[in-house]
Amino acid sequence: MNIQNTITRTAAETALLEAYNHQVSDLPGDGAVLSARDLLLSDLKDAGLPTRRLEAWHYTDLRALLRTVPAFDGSAFAEAVAPLAIGSSVLTVLNGRADVGDAPQGVVVKRYGESLLDGTAAGDLVERNTEDAIGRINGTFVRDGFEIEIPEETVLVQPLELQIVQSAGQSHSRFPVTFGPGSKATVIERHLSVDGTPSLVSSVSDLIIEAGAEVTWILLQQQGDDDTHLGQLNFELGENASFKLFVINAGGKLVRQEVHGVVTGEGSDFKLRGINLMGGDSLTDVTFTLGHDVANTTSTEIIRNVLFDRARGVFQGQIRVAQDAQKTDAKMACNTLLLSDDADFSAKPELEIFADDVQCGHGATVIDLNPTHLYYLQARGIPENRARAMLVNAFVDEIVEELESETLIEPLELIIAEWLARHA
Amino acid sequence: MLEIKNLHARIAEDGTEIIRGLNLTVKAGEVAAIMGPNGSGKSTLSYILSGRKDYEVTEGDILYNGESILELDASERAAKGIFLAFQYPVEIPGVATMQFLKVAMNEQRKYRGEDELKTPDFIRRVKEAAAELKINPDMLKRPLNVGFSGGEKKRAEILQMALLEPSLCILDETDSGLDIDALKIVSDGVNALRSPDRAVIVITHYQRLLEYIVPDTVHVLYKGQVIKTGDKSLALDLEANGYADIIGAAA
Repeated sequence: MNIQNTITRTAAETALLEAYNHQVSDLPGDGAVLSARDLLLSDLKDAGLPTRRLEAWHYTDLRALLRTVPAFDGSAFAEAVAPLAIGSSVLTVLNGRADVGDAPQGVVVKRYGESLLDGTAAGDLVERNTEDAIGRINGTFVRDGFEIEIPEETVLVQPLELQIVQSAGQSHSRFPVTFGPGSKATVIERHLSVDGTPSLVSSVSDLIIEAGAEVTWILLQQQGDDDTHLGQLNFELGENASFKLFVINAGGKLVRQEVHGVVTGEGSDFKLRGINLMGGDSLTDVTFTLGHDVANTTSTEIIRNVLFDRARGVFQGQIRVAQDAQKTDAKMACNTLLLSDDADFSAKPELEIFADDVQCGHGATVIDLNPTHLYYLQARGIPENRARAMLVNAFVDEIVEELESETLIEPLELIIAEWLARHA
Repeated sequence: MLEIKNLHARIAEDGTEIIRGLNLTVKAGEVAAIMGPNGSGKSTLSYILSGRKDYEVTEGDILYNGESILELDASERAAKGIFLAFQYPVEIPGVATMQFLKVAMNEQRKYRGEDELKTPDFIRRVKEAAAELKINPDMLKRPLNVGFSGGEKKRAEILQMALLEPSLCILDETDSGLDIDALKIVSDGVNALRSPDRAVIVITHYQRLLEYIVPDTVHVLYKGQVIKTGDKSLALDLEANGYADIIGAAA
């Protein structure tokens, strides 16, 4: 007897599979893409949505948490908003449809919808491993996005913003981006929702950062209170390259953002900085894996979480240091400000070290606001509410300040302040 | 200006009584020095006056300009003009010093029904006051008190006091950790604020500070009570003979 037949599908699983049946004739792709999609779909059918029995999903039981999946909504209307930073070039994906409107000079931009048709994309549509539910769902349904190449030695003076706006229904986008040797760029991947209709968004960014490139990537998630966001960012870091990744979650009802990196070039430096603002009944999960595969590389990760109401948060951080990766210097910190008795945060740092000459460390703290700090501010005439807001802001602002660019810092501070004003 | 009547207070957490029937009156224009051996309740008194929640008043009253302030929280007391210069100013990472000063000044103005300061006006005031206290403008660009030396922290406290223009200033061991030059600058800052409608309470262990900030009255605190009150000669007496005689006489 085949045990799979006896599993009862959840409403969300049924809706996902039905969505595929409705979409299949309409999803772009050549023959190779179609077979890749079929493989992913059959895995999705067999495995269902991931449950807490899978290590990678232990704190976020997607099968239990994802109650409904909105149908694709082709008639929904979404509009672009002003870019985060003044002067940015903006490429939009509105309700899943990409538009190469404003590509910066010297950068090669192609709609991913075209890549799916011209034979270049089929290799992308694979799972990282058997627990890769996001890769599986995204690969099954992906319709558009951007394939971007920043050529060798190209320096982008202004940021490039990928603005993914969803108003209703589902969308699944993909962003393969190559940063050529010696290139310099700041990219903002920004997910927004424009109204209160529940939506489901999946997004996979695949970054290749070649030798000597300097990249700052800001992943800003501002979905609506009823939205599900499944994000994944994969990167490969070449020799002497530097990569600063800022992950800022300030929205969504059910959010899983994965970051998976492999350090393949000596002399490279990776920085992950995270700010997770959580309120209401939301769940925000940031799951991170990093492999140091070669010697003489550095990485630091600092995650700051703020929880209000009944929010739940998760950080899983795994650093692997291969046997050959001597002189690796890796430090990971996860600091949480728990501002409600009903909020809950789980942190799972993991180090797997196979080399013998490395410096690796991790730390996790959970705190309330410091009463002495609060008293000091009040003793100067600042009322308690305002003083609390200042201290929460200070807790996350240390991270924002590391961007070292006022055109990025100011608008992010504003977004954080507005979020706090709504939830504090 | 300040009238403390039969004040009893304890640590909220464990109920330890620190202030045991304290009486003290400070008039407008007066500089009152409070001295006393370690553990006599000097710092606790300053915290209680400022409204720190870790202490609870069990008996007696504190009248400020004739009104009880026991029901007011720390921010309300500050907005009404009570200022405590801390013995150990708190470092707050992530809060920019300038932003802190601006919010504090404007929140106090708001409480009193005054208009908020315009940014140029605010900056001018800070620059002028900082120059008086020989504060390096770079210090103001750092997070609040973070990485300040002991002397810089004390000067930053006096800067805040000058900007907030309180009517009751409480200096809790402002002289501790200061070298002679810094002591002189800080004292000049305090003396510049002396005026007929402002009172100053100076808490100190040493006569040295009182050579620079000359008090009108000196009060000796012991076991949570004022056991002796005199003029500035009392401080000289204590310096020469210690507390033993006075404690013995009061017992």
